[in-house]
Amino acid sequence: MNQTHEQFPQGKAFHASLRTRYRVATIWQTLFLSALLIAILALTALLYNVVDGAFGYIAYEYKDDPAQFTSTPINELTKDELLVILKENLSSGAYKKLETEQPMQERSQADLLNLFLERLVRIDTKETWSMTESILNGSKIRAEVATKYPNAVLEFRSWVTPQFLVTPMSSRAEFAGVRTAVLGSLWLVSIAILFALPVGTGAAIYLQEYAPKNWLTGIIQTNINNLAGVPSIVYGMLGLALFVRVLEPFTSGSLFGVTDSNGRTVLSAGLTMGILVLPLIIINAQEAIKAVPDSLRQAAYGVGATRWQTVWHHVLPNALPGILTGSILALSRALGETAPLIVVGASTFISLDPSGPFSKFTALPIQIYQWTTRAQSEFHAIAAGAIVVLLVLLLTLNASAILLRNRYQRKAY
Amino acid sequence: MKEETLSLKTMETKKFRRFDLKKKFRPGESMIQGMLFLAGILSIFTTVAIVYELGKEAMLFFGNPDVTFAKFFGGTQWQPGIGQYGIWALVSATLTTSLIAMLISLPLGLAAAIYLSEYASPKARSILKPILEILAGIPTVVYGYFALLFVTPILKNIFGEALQVYNMLSAGLVMGIMILPLISSMSEDALAAVPRALREGAYAMGATKLETSLQIVLPAALSGIGAAIIIGISRAVGETMIVAVAAGSGPNFSFNPLAAAETMTGHIARISGGDLSYNSIDYNSLFAIALMLFLVTLILNLISQWVVNRFRERYE
Repeated sequence: MNQTHEQFPQGKAFHASLRTRYRVATIWQTLFLSALLIAILALTALLYNVVDGAFGYIAYEYKDDPAQFTSTPINELTKDELLVILKENLSSGAYKKLETEQPMQERSQADLLNLFLERLVRIDTKETWSMTESILNGSKIRAEVATKYPNAVLEFRSWVTPQFLVTPMSSRAEFAGVRTAVLGSLWLVSIAILFALPVGTGAAIYLQEYAPKNWLTGIIQTNINNLAGVPSIVYGMLGLALFVRVLEPFTSGSLFGVTDSNGRTVLSAGLTMGILVLPLIIINAQEAIKAVPDSLRQAAYGVGATRWQTVWHHVLPNALPGILTGSILALSRALGETAPLIVVGASTFISLDPSGPFSKFTALPIQIYQWTTRAQSEFHAIAAGAIVVLLVLLLTLNASAILLRNRYQRKAY
Repeated sequence: MKEETLSLKTMETKKFRRFDLKKKFRPGESMIQGMLFLAGILSIFTTVAIVYELGKEAMLFFGNPDVTFAKFFGGTQWQPGIGQYGIWALVSATLTTSLIAMLISLPLGLAAAIYLSEYASPKARSILKPILEILAGIPTVVYGYFALLFVTPILKNIFGEALQVYNMLSAGLVMGIMILPLISSMSEDALAAVPRALREGAYAMGATKLETSLQIVLPAALSGIGAAIIIGISRAVGETMIVAVAAGSGPNFSFNPLAAAETMTGHIARISGGDLSYNSIDYNSLFAIALMLFLVTLILNLISQWVVNRFRERYE
């Protein structure tokens, strides 16, 4: 009896201890909640950091005065005027090279203006500022620029513009765009999903509908779960050894008569990505197939359908939304993955659009990595711009996955 | 009665033998089944290919008479080009960044999981969970940008000159944020799987919500949480882009978080991103590192699966 009294206080002692217990409970609850608040804070800081970098003041000078090429103000130059200026002032070799990349007549006014600014007037960026600095210390920056670079032009610039999306890569941050990288990324994820979606769905169907319960099936299942946890850079090494080197005749296209490339093509990278997302697709498709009620299968068997007829006509159509949601998530994983691309050998500087599976390529995350690791602040600004593009793409993909899920979730059994 | 059924059965088989659909050979069905089997077995092929390709190149590295296991596992200088093969120069950075990441993500992830599973109202959950999912969906290279251009400048204000521009602390902290959603969602699943009856039993005994959560629910979900922690470590060890951007480029045997150092993954990314000739010692050494990474993460993943199966509390 005494012992119980010590362990479980009674009366006044009980009420005193109860108060302490409640106080402790409140403190802990606040701590638990603050963990979530820290996560939200981190997310906010990250997004703010990106947006902050993607807009802001830039101070630049012209190395050569625009007036020596034309009397029209830069912003009012028409396409024809620009064509004449470029033809007259560029060396004929440089002009021919540009002409072979893309005929000058077919280029847009904005494109030609960029060429004019890049090659002839030669913009020289002195300094860039982040959005917050630009807004809070605007007058200070203006005063600073006026004394430090008396000839400089100061303008508030958004680094993400429609122009940024359609301009190819350039060695100068002011004129660089993500066109090459976005197209490379699209090629990459298309190849990856073309490979991984049929194979992954097939594997999931086999495991859920066909596989006997034996040791082999067990090993396959464990193996898939393990592959999902292998670091992406290891897949990159596999891609380097297997697709880039061993299968070079196939991935470089020399089997098909393509002669000017090595194994470091968008096909190698796409297949590497496909292998990487395969476990994800299999696991998601398995979940989707598992959720199809057995009564459907039994009804199909009941009217004499074969196994494949059952799967094809009844199981798959019902599992399809789940499988698609899983593949969209896998797509977004492939879109953001960087490390395997570095290993497989994405080109860090190409300005030509990928023209087929055997072309060299770069990708959005590769460009972000490249630009982030440069020392000059204008490259950080375009890195932020490229991140905005990447995040918008990812957001669109994920939103469509969620919409798909919600649309078909209502059809519950 | 028994005989009657038997005779009926034999009669039926005799009569319909030619139409026994189960035994009918269907080439289309068999072909499809064969192809599906191939798709299923491809994952095994992937693992075999990883082990074979990585192992083959790694063997070329270890086959080099200059490379001994003593040098590899005993040395603290890594520069294969000039005969220094001490893997600890890279492992030290991997350990330091992973440790920092776990120190951040474990308490925060677990606390977030407990809040979401035990405290949050359904409405709060529906707002808070997507935020964690967004955090989990952000590409790691973006985290790298964040570490280098946001976290490092802040840390510079705190630590001043002692902090190098590239440092393991910033990379580790951001890696912790990256792993947080993984730990919290896996732990939350484990907590949610604990049956309600256990909680109600605790409340009936007069326990507060906190006492129930920490002393009843948490121990019951321990196997799932253990698995989450191990998967988190495995993710931290294999993470590449954050450390490649923010932790530094150059092997450095150091456990000082303020110093720059290169992890195993960061080293692979930097060397393979440059001009690398096939069959050089540098090239082969990368495969040795990758093989080590693969084995470490494989073992961690297997342990986590074992933990889940071995220590799971089963409730009927």
